Amino acid sequence: MARQAKVILYLIRKELLLEWRSRYAINGLLLYAIACVFICYLSFKRIDPLAWNALFWIILLFAAVNAVAKSFMLEKRERFLYYYQVAAPSAVILSKISYNALLMVLLSGICFFFYSVVLHNPVQDLPYYLLSIFVGAVSLSSVLTMVSGIAAKANNSATLMTVLSFPVMTPVLLLLIRLSKNAMDGLDRSVSTDELLALGAINAIVLAVSLVLFPYLWRD
Amino acid sequence: MTKFWWKLLGIFFVLHSIIGGLLFEVPHLPILNESIRNLYFHVPMWFAMILIFLLSVIHSIRYLRTGNQLYDYKAVESINVGVFFGILGLTTGMIWANYTWGEPWSNDPKQNGSAITMLLYMAYLVLRSSIDEEQKRARISAVYNVFAFPVMIVLLFILPRMTDSLHPGNGGNPGFNSYDLDASMRGIFYPAVIGWILLAVWITQLRYRYRVVFDKLQ
Repeated sequence: MARQAKVILYLIRKELLLEWRSRYAINGLLLYAIACVFICYLSFKRIDPLAWNALFWIILLFAAVNAVAKSFMLEKRERFLYYYQVAAPSAVILSKISYNALLMVLLSGICFFFYSVVLHNPVQDLPYYLLSIFVGAVSLSSVLTMVSGIAAKANNSATLMTVLSFPVMTPVLLLLIRLSKNAMDGLDRSVSTDELLALGAINAIVLAVSLVLFPYLWRD
Repeated sequence: MTKFWWKLLGIFFVLHSIIGGLLFEVPHLPILNESIRNLYFHVPMWFAMILIFLLSVIHSIRYLRTGNQLYDYKAVESINVGVFFGILGLTTGMIWANYTWGEPWSNDPKQNGSAITMLLYMAYLVLRSSIDEEQKRARISAVYNVFAFPVMIVLLFILPRMTDSLHPGNGGNPGFNSYDLDASMRGIFYPAVIGWILLAVWITQLRYRYRVVFDKLQ
């Protein structure tokens, strides 16, 4: 168990190191998110709170698909053969999910900051809204990591990634929009307990299913 | 007779539900009125679809465990039939909703959930067609199928229960359990469910056999 945790941490460090060395992917993603926000600002100018919230999550959805789609596409077949020798499949998928979650938390945080700067921020319960963004970043990355693994095995096409991930992500997205809308309207926090529990349950199921299925996916 | 009795039973139950469903007496409830008869045709489609998808997941798991190509054929044909029944369910529901709710699509959580379920399984079919190599196609689509199943459960069973639905029996609308004459309706509804499920399994079996024969001839 301790060894497993060490391997996972090592793999996450490797991802961070690779990201830091090239910096191409992370910069590209940030620019993508910011450009998205700015285009939305230029097209809407002023926007009512209900649409404000939905639009924010749609921007994050596209950013997440782009961010997570890369997680397996950059890996070459030979490198996978190497991982296969040094690490268990569960360690590989867990490290990918954690790294993607880190990336998404960073990305959505910056996106939220920029979004509220250009489009007036109507959020009333800010800490809870930030919590919903955090939960959203983690949930989106845990769902999308497995889907990107599947899409990467099937010719790596970007269309396939979108087609596979959108229906799978919809339940999570609907719950997130509901949760963050409650926070935006400043409702009592106990109202959102159901959504948080459901999101937690979905994450647990997705994690369990990913751990079981990933070994079948990555061996060629 | 020992082998195909269930097919005869399926035909009998479906015919029974069509004749009985259109002719027999039904309770007169507000909002629903005569459109309550759609219960015999719309709801069995979903029962059949969910059962067929469950079978396909079982076949996919068996494929992953054994690597036997025949399980993959069973899984994909189950999904083809399941999608077909899902489309029938959506269509019958939309025709009914047009008269009862006033419009074919009214942002009902169950409607939305089942539409996304269709997208989920159509994505499975797209995924299959994007991979050429047979073994790889079978393995990866089996992985996706098992991954998609819990999502379908969330879409169809958990999300609709978190908000009010327009469907009969939800959110204060008159439903199945509040019928005065529910005993006579159950007498048609339950056989209809079993009949359509048997018919769906039969169609799946025929398609599977066709695919095996087709594969041998190639």
